[in-house]
Amino acid sequence: MSKVHIQQLGKVFGTASANAVPALQEVNLVVEDGEFVTLVGASGCGKSTLLRILAGLEHHSSGSVHCNGAAITGPSADRAMVFQHYSLYPWLNVMDNIKFSRRLRVNREDLSSSDVEAASGRADALLDLIGLGKVAKSYPNQLSGGMQQRVAIARALMGQPAMLLMDEPFGALDAQTREVMHDLILHVFKLEKATIVFVTHDVEEAIFLADRIVVFSARPARVLEVLDVNAAIGTDRTFETKESEAFFRLRNHVLHLIRDQTRRASPEMTETHS
Amino acid sequence: MPPTPSLGTPVPPAQPSIWGIAARITRTQYWLFAGLGLLSPLLAWAWLSASGLIDPIFLPGPVQVFTRLLSWLVEDDLWGDTLISMYRVMAGFALSAVIALPLGLLIGAFKPVEAVLEPLTDFIRYMPAVAFIPLVMLWLGIGESAKISIIFIGTFFQMVLMVAENVRLVPSAQIEAAQTMGATRGEIIKLVLLQSAKPAILDTLRLTMGWAWTYLVVAELVAANSGLGYSILKAQRFLKTDTIFGGIILIGLIGLLMDQAFRWLHRRSFPWLHAQG
Repeated sequence: MSKVHIQQLGKVFGTASANAVPALQEVNLVVEDGEFVTLVGASGCGKSTLLRILAGLEHHSSGSVHCNGAAITGPSADRAMVFQHYSLYPWLNVMDNIKFSRRLRVNREDLSSSDVEAASGRADALLDLIGLGKVAKSYPNQLSGGMQQRVAIARALMGQPAMLLMDEPFGALDAQTREVMHDLILHVFKLEKATIVFVTHDVEEAIFLADRIVVFSARPARVLEVLDVNAAIGTDRTFETKESEAFFRLRNHVLHLIRDQTRRASPEMTETHS
Repeated sequence: MPPTPSLGTPVPPAQPSIWGIAARITRTQYWLFAGLGLLSPLLAWAWLSASGLIDPIFLPGPVQVFTRLLSWLVEDDLWGDTLISMYRVMAGFALSAVIALPLGLLIGAFKPVEAVLEPLTDFIRYMPAVAFIPLVMLWLGIGESAKISIIFIGTFFQMVLMVAENVRLVPSAQIEAAQTMGATRGEIIKLVLLQSAKPAILDTLRLTMGWAWTYLVVAELVAANSGLGYSILKAQRFLKTDTIFGGIILIGLIGLLMDQAFRWLHRRSFPWLHAQG
């Protein structure tokens, strides 16, 4: 069953035609249930805008976008987003950050104590999953950048969303930490049977994580090519994957596509959403 | 011990200079400098008044001022003056805060509210609060409500704008994360905006409390028959400069204490801000 249907999607920023900035143009894309899709493209091309439309944080200008058969009209707990940074609540400790979505539901509905217990169980399980059991009581500003992003991922997973949207979640991390996070997110992906749409500017990251890669043109973003990563390099992703010849070929292909686009775009192209 | 290869005589580790830009100093050094900063004006004052260069009627010495503060406490009503002044500050400040906090929150959260109220507030803010005194006296006389109103006028409009700015500075990722976790508008205001802006709002309150004291003195200089500001004005008529000095220093000390109380409250209320890795 397919999860997300994007048809002829367009987005224009600004209303007056004089300062209208087109960000997306005729984007068609289907994301299957349980699929890991990465979006890459020249910086500022509009791939983050597409993700924000999926999250319901931005409205599209033309075309249609559906999740589980329903049109996306606004944000929902069904589509949790992980941001690059500054999204954790610094006044809540790690455990309370993870339980934030649960707290919303407790406020709204009358939950039985067994529900609350089940929630604690899930929070504990997520904490173990991301390997931060020891710092459950620490505040976010006491954690490293990598640890903070682990908490952000666990927090997004807590409400068991239909889909996880990730906007360059590892963009601010150093290379070593990023590799650790890649293994973690693949582990989470398998265990939680999640559907993930992941925006990145790092082509190797995009290939290593994805079932399919969507390469976007320069702004306004159109789908340039959709590549089946599983067919190219297989479904097993280990340290050696990144050293295989198939991986290199795929990487070079994607890099060429993006470089071509960057060259074609006007030199004064400015970056609004990277 | 095996001989260690050496390139000459061992050099002791360099002591970092305290004069480097943004260099650190120890706690002891800090208080040493703080003491220097606090004591030198006092010493200069003592020396100047003792030198006889200036008539003691215009410049009483520290001892004389201190003695006067004691006699003010024992013979006159220092406690009463202090308490009534503090009451006025607290009342005017509390009234400001009670209205400014929700209003600032709404301005910071909703653009239409901002459009309706912010330009207006900006305009009123530039009208000098002091110029309202004659009007306030005409409307309210010289009772307590007049003084409280002047403090209110002096602090309220600044406070609204600052609280609105505190709320606007909440990182959008914090708000959007809550939205994608299914938070409603009310939940975002209560559980994200308010919580996130709280430390900055407490700092805003600390700053405006200082201004409240300024306007208290202004109000008491013009329209009062009690309080520290009034005592200062009365002392001028009788050339009692020691009382003026004493009053000013006392107001400064109370302000310093309030400021420290706010800082203490800040550390206590927001351990997560002050926690270090």
